[in-house]
This record gives sequence, C-alpha cells and structure tokens, in this order.
Amino acid sequence: MTWETVVGLEVHCELATATKLFCGCPNAFGRQPNTNVCPVCLGLPGSLPVLNRQAVELAMRIGAALHCDVRRSIFARKNYFYPDMPKDYQVSQYDLPLNVGGHLDLPDGTRVGIERAHMEEDTGKTTHVHGGAGGAPGASGRIAGASYALVDYNRAGVPLVEIVSSPGIRSPEQARAYVAELRDVLVATGASDARMEEGSMRVDANVSVRRPGAALGTRAEIKNLNSVRSLVRAIAFEARRQADLLEAGGAVVQETRHWDEGEGRTSPLRSKEEAEDYRYFPEPDLVPLDPGEDWKAAVRAGLPVLPVERRAALAAAAGVDATDPDVAVVVGAGLDGLLTTALGAGVDARLALTRATNEVAGRGVEAAAVDAGAFASTLRLEQGGRLTATQSKQVLARVLSGGDPEAVAAELGFEALAGDTLAAAVDEAIAANPGEWARYRAGEEKLTGFFVGRVMAATRGKADGKAVTALLRQRRHA
Amino acid sequence: MTAGATSRDPATASAIAADVRAGRRRAADVLDEHLAAIAAREPDVHAFNLVLGDQARSEAEAVDEAVAAGRDPGPLAGVPVAVKDNICTRGVATTCSSRILEGWRPPYDATVVTRLRRAGAVIVGKTNCDEFAMGSSTESSAFGPTRNPHDLTRVPGGSSGGSAAAVAAGFVPVALGSDTGGSIRQPASLCGVVGVKPTYGAVSRYGLVAYASSLDQVGPMAATVADAALVLDVIAGHDPADSTSIPGPRPGVAAALGEGVEGLRVGLVGELTSDAAPDVVARVAAAAAALESAGAKVEDASLPAATYGLAAYYLIAPAEASSNLARYDGVRYGLRVDGSDTDAMFAATRTAGFGPEVKRRIMLGTYALSAGYYDAYYGQAQRVRTLLIRDFEAAFERFDLLLAATSPTTAFPLGAKVDDPLAMYLMDVATIPANLAGIPAMSVPYGAGDDGLPVGVQVLAPALGESLMFRAAAVLERSRR
Repeated sequence: MTWETVVGLEVHCELATATKLFCGCPNAFGRQPNTNVCPVCLGLPGSLPVLNRQAVELAMRIGAALHCDVRRSIFARKNYFYPDMPKDYQVSQYDLPLNVGGHLDLPDGTRVGIERAHMEEDTGKTTHVHGGAGGAPGASGRIAGASYALVDYNRAGVPLVEIVSSPGIRSPEQARAYVAELRDVLVATGASDARMEEGSMRVDANVSVRRPGAALGTRAEIKNLNSVRSLVRAIAFEARRQADLLEAGGAVVQETRHWDEGEGRTSPLRSKEEAEDYRYFPEPDLVPLDPGEDWKAAVRAGLPVLPVERRAALAAAAGVDATDPDVAVVVGAGLDGLLTTALGAGVDARLALTRATNEVAGRGVEAAAVDAGAFASTLRLEQGGRLTATQSKQVLARVLSGGDPEAVAAELGFEALAGDTLAAAVDEAIAANPGEWARYRAGEEKLTGFFVGRVMAATRGKADGKAVTALLRQRRHA
Repeated sequence: MTAGATSRDPATASAIAADVRAGRRRAADVLDEHLAAIAAREPDVHAFNLVLGDQARSEAEAVDEAVAAGRDPGPLAGVPVAVKDNICTRGVATTCSSRILEGWRPPYDATVVTRLRRAGAVIVGKTNCDEFAMGSSTESSAFGPTRNPHDLTRVPGGSSGGSAAAVAAGFVPVALGSDTGGSIRQPASLCGVVGVKPTYGAVSRYGLVAYASSLDQVGPMAATVADAALVLDVIAGHDPADSTSIPGPRPGVAAALGEGVEGLRVGLVGELTSDAAPDVVARVAAAAAALESAGAKVEDASLPAATYGLAAYYLIAPAEASSNLARYDGVRYGLRVDGSDTDAMFAATRTAGFGPEVKRRIMLGTYALSAGYYDAYYGQAQRVRTLLIRDFEAAFERFDLLLAATSPTTAFPLGAKVDDPLAMYLMDVATIPANLAGIPAMSVPYGAGDDGLPVGVQVLAPALGESLMFRAAAVLERSRR
C-alpha cells in the first residue's frame, strides 16, 4: 500500500512598499547594517507604530487575487524573546486576519485552499559568528557553537504578508507548482518581487503522510527552505522519513524540523512540548483595520489579469485545454501576446504553442525581447512547407529579437524548393523503386519513410517530410 | 504651600507667562527663583531624578531673546515645567526610575515635550516616579522615594509622586505626569495639587514610555485649575505619530473656565466614594454641597461594574506591561548583565534591572496571557471593561458630570504599604474606572483630612468632556477661598 504525501505551505513575502510597515524608514536593502532604522523600528522606549497605508493596499491586493474574504482585522502582539526582534514581540495578526478563506488554482487544474493571508512586521537579522584565534569569521544560521552574534535591524519592520495554504498539496512537484503560481500572482499584483533566493519570499512546509483516504497524519513543520530546490527535496525527504517511520511501527512527532541542504535531510529543531507560548493579545498601540467596501471594491477593480485567467483566455483562443502544459509554460513566461499575434496571423495553435514553449521559453528568451511579427512569419513559412521543422527552429533562433525570416532562410541556404521540383523528385523516387511503390500502394504504410528518405537524399535535405508524405498519398489514390 | 493660589498670584504659570511675554520679568530670573527653591528643599523632598541647570538656562535665555526681538515665545513663555521621568527628552536621561534604562538617552522628544518647548516652556528636570509608573507611593523607584512636602514622613502618592511633590513644594508651577490607573490624580490628591487625566487619545502618547498602552495618558499637574487648563491646551491635540490619538480639532478648556455649573446635573458615585475614609467622604460631600450652591443639581449615581474595576485593571495593565517591558533585554540599550548565552544574558539583565513590583506585574501579566488562561483572565477582564464602559454611558445619560473621591485616604507614612501589594493597589480603586473607560477625570484639592493633610475630590466627565470637567473644577477651587 502506498503513502500519500500531504503538504501545506506557509509563505512569507515582503511587500514592495516604499517605506516600512510602521515608520517612515525606506523599505530598502543592501545598506550598511543598522543605518536604515529609527526609534519606531528599533522599538525604542516611548515609540509608537503608525500603519503604512500602502502596505495595507498591497496586502488587500494579495487577498483579492487569492479570492479571499478581505475583512476588518486587528493586529496582535506575538510575544517571544529574540535578539533580532527590537520589541521582543512581533506585531502580527492572529484571530482576526485581513484576508481569510481563498484559493489558488494551479496550472494542472488543482485548486489549493488559502486559509489566510495576514500582515505582520519582519524581524532584524542575527548573524552568529564563530570566533576563535585565527579562525575566519564564518556565518551560520544556527546558534550552536557561536561565540558572538551580530544583529542588523535594517530589515526590522519591513512589511510582510504570510499566506497560509490548506493541506491541499499532494507532492513535492505540486508544492513547486504552488510556489511558482503564487510567485506569479504576487508579481502580477505588484505586491512583492517574491524572490525566494533573495529572501523576499520565504517558505515553510507542513508535511505529513497518510494512507489514501485516511485522516490527516501528524505533521512536521520544515524550516530553512532557501530555494525551490530545497523545498522540493525537503518535502520528498520528510515524506519518505515519515513513511519509513510509520512502516517500522513508529509514530510521527509533531515538531519543527530544520532542513540541512548540504546533508539533504531534516532534523528536529523543537517539539510541540517545547513550543513557545506566544501569548497573543490585541496590539493596543494600533486601532482596528477596517478597509471599508469602497476601498475593497477599488482594489478588486484594479487587479491585473491573473495567470489563471490568462491561461483560460489563451487556451480558449488556441482551442486547447486550460491544463495544457504548454499553455502554462507560455503564460508563465509572459508569452501570451506572442501567441495572440501568431494565432491572429493564422498560425496553427499547436505549432505556435510548441515553438513558443521550446524555442522561446525553453531557451530562456525574455518575453519583452521577442519580435512577435518575426515569430509568426517564421511559423507561417514552416506551415506552408517553405521551411522544414528543423529549418524553422534555426530561423527562429536568428529572428526572435527581430529580422526578416525570408532573408535569414535564404542566408542559411534554405532556398525555396518549388512545388513542381518536389513533385518531380517524388515521381523520380517512385519510378526508380517500382517494387516498393507497389507494396506501398497495397497499404504497407511503413514504406512512407523509405520514399521520404529517397526524396530527402535527392533534394539534399531541403524537402519537407510532411509535404512529401502528402504527395505520396496523392499519387497512391490517383 | 501653593495650593489655592489665584491666577493673579505671581507664582502661577499663567502669571509667569503673561509677565514674560510682556517683558515684565525675564525667564532666566524666573528659572533662577525656581532653581533656588529646588536647591533649598530638594534634598528633603527628592522630587527629581535629574535637575537640568545649564540646559534649562539656555532655554530660558532663548525665551528672553525672543521677547527682546519682539517675537512671542508662546503661552507658556518662561514657565518652568517638570517632566515625569517616563516621558522622553532628547539627549537627556529618561530612566522610568529603573536601573534597567541606566545610561539611555532618548534620541527624540516626546510629542508633549515638543509642544511644551514650542509654547515657550523651560524644562527644569525629570521627576521621580514609581518604577515604570507601577505603584501608588513613588517608593518603587530605583532611586529612592519622594517625600510629601506637606509631611516628609509621608508618601506623595504615585506613581507621579515626583511631579506632584515638585508642584506642591513650589519647585515648579506645573508638571507633567502620566496616569494609567490614577497615577496623576492620586498623588495630586495626596499633595494638594490639581491633577488631570485627559480623555484617552486626547494627548499624544508618543514618547511616553509605555506601561499599559490602552490605559496610559499624559496629563498636567498644577497648583491651580487655570494652570492645569493652560498646560492641557498646549499638550492636547491630534498627533499622527500616535495611532490612538483622536483626530480633529478641539476647543481649548481654558476659555470655558469661568462658565460655572448652573443647571448642570452632577452624579455622586457611591461605589467610588463610600469605602473611603470618613474624613475623605466628608470632603466629597462638602464638594457636592459647593456645586449645589453654585447651581448644579447633585444626585446619587451608580456604576455597578466599578466594583470589579480594580480586579480587571490588575489583569489588563500587567498583561500589557509584560509585553511592553519585554524590550528591556540588554541587547540594544540600557543595562546589560552578561550571561553564558543570549537567554542567560536576558535573564541576568532583567533580574538585576527590574525591581520587585515590576517583576510582580510582569509575572502577573505573563500568566494572564498564557495559553489556557487567556480567556479566564485577560478575556474576562476585557468583558468587565466593556460592562464598565456601558455603566458610564448609562450614568452620563442622566448626568453631565460625576463626582467621587480620588484617594481613599490622605497621604500614608513611608513604608506603610511596601510589603502589602494589595493594600497599595487599593489606593487606586476610585481612579481606575476612568482609565478603563477612557474618560477624562481630574482631582481638585478640597481641604484637609482629620490629620491636616490634603484631600482631593475627583470630577469625571464623558469622553472629550474636559471643558465641562474644568468648569466644575474651577467652581470647586473658587468655593475654597
């Protein structure tokens, strides 16, 4: 019997605001440590927070894009001692978050529930430095063995939204797809640049396993996932670990586990019994946040077209299924416009999707750099038999950023093989191989390749295989 | 003794400002007179944690230069003001009377301090208080107690005991205090001065070191009702830096002082008065009679939920305090006592830096917010708070103002309650309800108790009803002459 992997993700994203969540310090990176601070984000005695309206706007956009109920919310204090937290509490949202109960549709058609997306402030950064005579100061994220710590409060007070999914993800690959889709939504709404590798998007994974159809198993929360690769590997490892444990008659313990990218495994950080009691209570220095219907309506009206809608629109225009993998790739790479142009120019939808997926997105070409007209013209030449598939790909590689496909084709020596030249070559091949022709006429389809090969040899590869096949069929029925 | 002074008394803030603005007196001379008074009696009273000689002098000289240049320094021109030591002053130590803030100098002025300076006031020093404003006698200060200028063997009340004593001793005509459960009104009562707790949100909290954020308010303490009004009008008003500050313009209270109480309905609150000592109850009755003879109609009022106010307060305030005081961890500023690791350093710093009353309230509040106890303690206290707010709303449908005792007794001897926290907490039983409800209340000196020590009576008004409250206070003050 197999095990089903069950995953819920908690994604923190930094909001792309001009200033921090509760003060006027710039929301900026790369400054000298502890220079981008003020009494408020340093939590100096007597200082008070003032909520950043732009942060609320961006958080509301996230909620609207994830189909959440955007509602009156309150801020709460999450109390725990940590050196990089200036007030030794984090202003977050607890029982009344801003965004509740939405969903995110993945390209494969899976709908993952969103439990909440709430606002909170970021902490500073602690670097534990290992000292010792002559030892090069090396930084590590963990406390053990550190001889001193450096704290940088530049990041303290940067606005975050934490997006908590339901346990509706069923594999490491689906987790990857969820993160990619969420990132596209965050970028599309302008809420965040959502770069996991740079820390502006951070992901924790709740992982459990169960027999298909059984109740949810005990979960472990995996932290320290610094890339999509880590996320995928960590989930796969943890699901295997839990399944092995259960199969050996053991039990999964609810705990927080640390992913070690180098070792490729998770290890316990703290168990439920050791978990902090955060003593949440309403933040008395802030008033309830009630955006009101007008603001909410304006946010909804101002939302851009989201990836799921773009996929649906493209699939409809191309006459393919919305879960078509090429559709997801094309939309993910922002090539919707390229496809629209090609379809408008009469290019076959499948051909346009395939070439856009493999020859544009697959080669990492930026959407903005592509000349849609040249793309469409090249595919038209291919479709008309003027270029073979191989030739078409070579021409595309040369004209994607602009150029005349005809000229490039000529330059590459892909001169036109006129219709009658091709027909003559086909007739010559038939005449030279009467035995094979008789068998082909009798229905031996595999001989198609034989004749195409003869014609190719005669035309030194300039013939289009499809056109040759068509001519053979024509002559068989003549 | 300055209580009962009139606005024509040259010692009042009103008179000083008028004289300095008119060029009749120099701010520097006014400062010298007050520094001399401080030098004479401060060693006995210990009202101050810090007296600012040089800085105050240059502020006074700047006021004089402005006057000489034909500019108006403002409504508090040259008025010496003392500021409670839990209110931030740029570049000047702000200790909250705690060791844990040792060596810390705020890089900014509290909004109230900015407004005082802009009005021409001269900040002469930082006054002693109970540590982090937690106490009712100023004895929990890490720097030793303040003594009551009326009787040096007695406490001045607290937590704003230093500010109350500074005004009572004539060190300054006006001072700032902070009031979370009675910390302005109770010491005002014990020291025979006027003390005002404004409507929550009327005065900015930006720069007031937080004790219990949902209850804290800065307010004036003064020898006269008019001086308290003058200072309140300077410090009150919307501040965008405080999210709980009430927006919109409001009329000043000073303008309404002479309007009397003719036709006003005043409710005498039994729950906040009847348990006080008989001599205190007698003074409240006398105040009620004075308001009646000035044309008010006085009847009995009831706030049933007020009985639970003290209990609710001692859950809500410590809960907020346990979070507000977490930041004193030795990492960024103030005291640091090293330990073997970060957690040990936190613990060592806080063990050494906080006094017993602060530790007691942090533990109370931590417990009240803990998982499994939150609803029974913090949640229940918030429900009591809601009931109390409704009681006040009902009372203010019948009455324009409420009258009650401020402190249940006159000033008690130093040391009398330091080993009995509950007895100390009971000193705030009549003042706490106004904080829980967010309404304004003030204590007005109204004679003496059987021991000859001052007794204050408390006037309470609906939210933003400060003008009405001050009208009654002015009537009471006039009735004493």
